[in-house]
Amino acid sequence: MNAVFYIAAAVAVVSTVMVVTRANAVYALMYLIVSLLSVALIFFVLGAPFIAALEVIIYAGAIMVLFVFTIMMLNLGPKAVHQESQWLSGRMWIGPSILVAVLIGEMLYVLWGGEHPVEGRHIVEPREVSLALFGPYIMIVELSSMLLLGGLVAAYHLGRRVRGDVKEPKS
Amino acid sequence: MMATVPTEYGMLLAALLFGIGLVGLLVRRNVIFMLMCTEIMLNAAGLAFVVAGSRWHQPDGQIMFIIIVTMAGAEVAVGLALILRFYHLFKTLDADAADTMKG
Amino acid sequence: MLQLLWTVPALPLLGFVLLAAFGGRLPRAGVSVIGAGSVGLSAAVTGLIAWTFVKAPPAGGFSQYLWTWFQVGDLKVDMTLRLDPISLVMILVATGVGFLIHLYSTEYMRDDPDYARFFAYMNLFVAAMLVLVLADNLPMLYLGWEGVGLCSYLLIGFWYDNPDNARAAVKAFLVTRIGDVAMLIGLFVLFFSLETLDLGSIMGRAQAQWTPNSAVAVAATALLLCGALGKSGQLPLQVWLPDAMAGPTPVSALIHAATMVAAGVYLLARTHVLFDLAPAVQHVVALIGAATLLLAGTSALAQRDIKRALAYSTISQLGYMFLALGVGAWSAALFHFMTHAFFKALLFMAAGAIILALHHEQDMFKMGGLRKRLPLVFLTFLAGAMSLAALPLVTAGFYSKDMILWEALSSPKGGVLLWGAGVLGAFITGLYSFRIVFLVFFGEERSHVTARPGMAMMLPLAVLAVLALAGGFVELPGTLGHVTLFSAFMGTHAMEGAPALAEGVQQVLAALLALGGVAVAVVLFVRRPEIVRNWVSTPAGSVLHELCASGWGFDRFYDAVIVRPFVWLASFHREDFMAVVWRAVGGLADGGAAGLSRMQTGRLRLYMAGIVLGAIITVALVVLL
Repeated sequence: MNAVFYIAAAVAVVSTVMVVTRANAVYALMYLIVSLLSVALIFFVLGAPFIAALEVIIYAGAIMVLFVFTIMMLNLGPKAVHQESQWLSGRMWIGPSILVAVLIGEMLYVLWGGEHPVEGRHIVEPREVSLALFGPYIMIVELSSMLLLGGLVAAYHLGRRVRGDVKEPKS
Repeated sequence: MMATVPTEYGMLLAALLFGIGLVGLLVRRNVIFMLMCTEIMLNAAGLAFVVAGSRWHQPDGQIMFIIIVTMAGAEVAVGLALILRFYHLFKTLDADAADTMKG
Repeated sequence: MLQLLWTVPALPLLGFVLLAAFGGRLPRAGVSVIGAGSVGLSAAVTGLIAWTFVKAPPAGGFSQYLWTWFQVGDLKVDMTLRLDPISLVMILVATGVGFLIHLYSTEYMRDDPDYARFFAYMNLFVAAMLVLVLADNLPMLYLGWEGVGLCSYLLIGFWYDNPDNARAAVKAFLVTRIGDVAMLIGLFVLFFSLETLDLGSIMGRAQAQWTPNSAVAVAATALLLCGALGKSGQLPLQVWLPDAMAGPTPVSALIHAATMVAAGVYLLARTHVLFDLAPAVQHVVALIGAATLLLAGTSALAQRDIKRALAYSTISQLGYMFLALGVGAWSAALFHFMTHAFFKALLFMAAGAIILALHHEQDMFKMGGLRKRLPLVFLTFLAGAMSLAALPLVTAGFYSKDMILWEALSSPKGGVLLWGAGVLGAFITGLYSFRIVFLVFFGEERSHVTARPGMAMMLPLAVLAVLALAGGFVELPGTLGHVTLFSAFMGTHAMEGAPALAEGVQQVLAALLALGGVAVAVVLFVRRPEIVRNWVSTPAGSVLHELCASGWGFDRFYDAVIVRPFVWLASFHREDFMAVVWRAVGGLADGGAAGLSRMQTGRLRLYMAGIVLGAIITVALVVLL
């Protein structure tokens, strides 16, 4: 099974790089879905089947559909894609890449600097997760419901069409 | 059906995905792409939690992932609504257009 | 019945709370009912209490403990109301006259946009005044003292959109504050020396511990006297009272004539035991009273503004009360306080009716001939003016003023000099009060009457007119019937064994001088007005007139001696070296803000880069340390 992990990891990294570099939003979105699905596979082989299912249903399913709808509503044409590729000039990548490389380097240092953990996995059943979720973590569940309600209200409020909020585009 | 990859590799993958997302967030000017990059980073953080939970045979990592998904859902809903408003207001998706609060 | 005492101050306070909270949303009728009704109810309760009290006076007065206000170490201050003859007279006047003035205000302030605010302040004032006079200890008295001062400030500046009114309010507040601070220090001295602030125990312990004219007695009484001088507008702190007329006329009637300004008299009457132990200070009280009554009386002679003339007359009458206090006749002072409350409130309200009828015209030289236009107002004003001028036999003012004059002459602390000042003051009083009457109501008409006062204004005037004439019959001198209801109630006895002949001669003399004042007024202001005109146009006359009109130049004097040097000092110290330090601090903050705000470029990705940089440094710190 280890091979599955490595292949899925490679797919995830490559497709994520593609997400970040695409000029067309729809293509980027497709790559993002691929990335999410490969991460779901990794969850599965790591012994978290419940989370793998959630990843597919919520992330790759619901949230990505939201993105698709939004892009559809924005109705961006080829002009936007052109503009996007203009923004993605080569020099733009240097600074952020160095910054992030340093950060990753530090993380790796932390990762390998510590003691080497023992191996030996086992599957964490959905049953265990649920018992913990509705046992010691019940408070967080309640808080999440508040968060979701807040998100709902905010999205509704922001999504309303308001007269007269259209401004001239900036030169 | 269990993989026996070392924990470090799972963490390495999480770090890489997070880093790619971060680079994208820094580079892209389009707010939709910025939001997508945020999603990548959140997903990478969730991956790190699940790997750690799997390492310690505890359900807590997975619970954290569930919380992250919930948060991501709310965040995307509000974020996309904001993007729609943003586009109505500025007729562009350039994040640098919204600089009216500069000091 | 006496147990209801707590409702007397509580009802106006409740009215204030209601009006302050809901006044803006209530209809005018509702505001009137709450505003005047609360004081009216309080007056009714006071009447019942007075009836019970007089029928069977409880020995040593009646106290009602409400709650403990605060307790620090040995000092325990209770909220305790105390009812005795002095405070009973005070609350009767405060609620009775207060209610009449509230009733009058419902019509006078009818068209004011801030109707509810006015009544809220007025109710708060009545509540504070009642706390002041019912207080059983000095801290509580001081609470009421500051409360009435605050309301006075608020009501003088009631029409605050005119900067002159706001300035008058601030002036009144600051000048009385000088006295209040002195009084507060006086309370400290009393507590330091006697270790109590309870009025009853203070009197008892002072008599036991103090020797007459000891330093502590002189210091404590002198400081209390300063407080009373500020509140009652006596020399040298009288300058705020004429300016206080910037407030609405009912305010002048209630606060600056009938009740608050008499708080100083009340304080001195309350603590008369202490003043008996400091005869030197007491003598100063009498001298200040005599000087004030002459100075204010002559100032009243030269005023054009009817309200300012009445204000100076108030100062002058308060001077009489201080004269009485200074010769130890505190019951005479309270008697004159009562009659003065009647006729001065009456005069102010009648003046208010005239001012309203003439569209806010206050200049007496633009009035005239109103006798026929406003006959009822004329009659009531005449009653008030007669009482003020102390016309013999028929007016209340005569009996109270006569009592003061006789005490000033016959008391061992008095003397011919003080009496002479009082009698001369009586002549001036007759002159200036009838000057007002003749200028306003006689002669040719110079202005047009647009509105006549209605019932709500005329009823209080009529009631007070009756009281101003008949209110004096509760105390008649030995030569005329010898009724001593008031002084017997106060627990003081009238002069025993005084030669009736001397008293009679004294009375006739004072009465003749008062009548003489009126007669001179007839000559000067009705028959031969050109005498005054010619005299004022001579150089000496014009200087004197100017001096009187400006209240003997006290305002100018204080301006030159205190205000200007202080302003100069303040502006001189604006640029001292501490200012440099603080400016440096300010500049640092300013520059720092300007520098840091450059970071706020409004570009999201730069902020993001900042976050990443921070994350790198944080992780690096964790890793390396």
